[in-house]
Amino acid sequence: MSESRFRKIDEWRWEIPPTGGMRVPGLLYTSEKLMKGMGADEGPRQVANVAHLPGIVKGSLAMPDMHWGYGFPIGGVAAFDLDEGVVSPGGVGYDINCGCRLMTTRLRLPDVRERIPALVTALFQNVPSGVGSRGPLKLSPKEERQVLIEGAAWAVRQGWGTEADLEATEDGGAMVGADPGKVSDRALERGKEQLGTLGSGNHFLEIEVVEEIFDEQAAAAFGLEPGQICVLIHSGSRGLGYQVCDDYLARMVKHAGEIGIDLPDRQLACARLNSARGRDYLAAMACAANYAWANRQMLMQRTRETFEKVLGMGPRELGMRLLYDVCHNIAKIETLPVDGKEVRLCVHRKGATRAFPPGHPDVPPAYRKVGQPVLIPGDMGTGSYVLAGTKGAFTETFGSTCHGAGRVMSRTQATKSCRGRSIPREMAERGVIVMASGRGTLQEEIPEAYKNLDDVVEVVHRAGLSRKVAKLRTLGCIKG
Amino acid sequence: MGYRVFDHTARIFDHTADLGVEVTGATLEKLYAGAAFALFDLLTDLSSVRAGRSREFDVLGENPADLLINFLREILYAWNGEGFLMKNCFIRQITPTRLRAVLRGEEFDPARHRILKEIKAVTYHQGSVLETPEGGWVARVVFDV
Repeated sequence: MSESRFRKIDEWRWEIPPTGGMRVPGLLYTSEKLMKGMGADEGPRQVANVAHLPGIVKGSLAMPDMHWGYGFPIGGVAAFDLDEGVVSPGGVGYDINCGCRLMTTRLRLPDVRERIPALVTALFQNVPSGVGSRGPLKLSPKEERQVLIEGAAWAVRQGWGTEADLEATEDGGAMVGADPGKVSDRALERGKEQLGTLGSGNHFLEIEVVEEIFDEQAAAAFGLEPGQICVLIHSGSRGLGYQVCDDYLARMVKHAGEIGIDLPDRQLACARLNSARGRDYLAAMACAANYAWANRQMLMQRTRETFEKVLGMGPRELGMRLLYDVCHNIAKIETLPVDGKEVRLCVHRKGATRAFPPGHPDVPPAYRKVGQPVLIPGDMGTGSYVLAGTKGAFTETFGSTCHGAGRVMSRTQATKSCRGRSIPREMAERGVIVMASGRGTLQEEIPEAYKNLDDVVEVVHRAGLSRKVAKLRTLGCIKG
Repeated sequence: MGYRVFDHTARIFDHTADLGVEVTGATLEKLYAGAAFALFDLLTDLSSVRAGRSREFDVLGENPADLLINFLREILYAWNGEGFLMKNCFIRQITPTRLRAVLRGEEFDPARHRILKEIKAVTYHQGSVLETPEGGWVARVVFDV
């Protein structure tokens, strides 16, 4: 898309005015720096494509980490009217409820500095990762059904964590409306042995240290202190979620003509929210979301046990507490303000995170004064940010903000640029211990393949879509 | 990144987040077989896979591009859902909306097979099958990785 199509609104906002079949404008949250070269990327064209969909409200939004996806851009947010609008599996993505969870500990950097290699090695052994890895359980059909209905609570009931973990999980770790009857046999087959596995690609588990606090009050509410050791997990719904997306996309592509619009990209295939096909997808998607929450819950409990064993500590001494768990690939029915009125909408966040403001009833009581915790993972080995949700996001971006650094380099480009380099050694020189099971993963995930996380977070902070609370630096990382 | 595969060719094209593959073939049969080969070549080292058993596929599509995507979705599930690795592919019969194929290969054996990459899905994004001016065929498909 030509850059002449963009109209600058202010320092952090650019508009793509509607042309052709666009029903609403595109709105990009970005900066001059991140805009450079954006025209050459397919991302803005995808923002414009999403604006064609029926029932879209206000605008097709893109967060500063936006990049070329398929159908919807990654970093895209779009909300739809429940009567006129649609739900699109491509607007959620294949990895339904891919997300992050951050745990704090009582440990401080000097306590574990020398033990990081041992911890990374033990985590790599205990947490199944990589393509085709199997989890610790083989679910019976009945058990799998319960996982899909109960989400993280199922895992807690089986001894994987505590009730307190559920209170610190978006939606309490279970989305309502999940109906396993809407999930295909293929998806169920893929799900039965993968619960409790990290996955591959950009999924990871990192040991991090709190390096900088930007907001004392919010950091205190979140239980974050400088020098504190934390663990960040990034994973999703594994093969079950991919299959749910694939099944419903195929169904919706076949019937795309029925909703009476010419899709600019078949990957945008969708169904009316008030149709049986649309409702069935949401019921199956909720199952996959719940599977992902059970998955991250189990990954966290494995991490707790590994830390206790390696460090020879009891649960109290270690104090590994779930700060929060957010999803960043999801469609949700939420009540949000539009032009001063409260409206029920279906919000798609594809590579975008919910960022509810202080006082919102869906924010856990302990955090309600400061806003919902938002977890923003960075590229491999650089660390992450903790942000807090704001009123700005609630009124302007359907309660949404960015989700990560965002790729700028394709995987083949990244691999090419790694010729003759040892990525583990480079990471070690930066003070990060990395272990990966996939041969090419480390090369594909090199830091320069991503946008600068500081630049991305600066935009959402300055635009008022969330507030910087703390920055964490990576000490050790396992990847699939 | 071009490489020759029998008498058709495949190459990776750049896509920021995902993986695009462009395949060419002198005939539709060769094009679809080449696409299947490209998919499994990304997944594993095909030289380590034996052509032990056969599996048949009968796939429908609305047009040649839809047919290609549905075919690749089916054979990707044979891997992701059932652990089957393909060694080679024969297209028995093909029309613009239906194909019958036989894949020969074997079950995944962690002792002998190395999986190079997880391919989550075959997307509909920019999927195409076109006739070239020279009378051959070219297909593009984007995998979610």
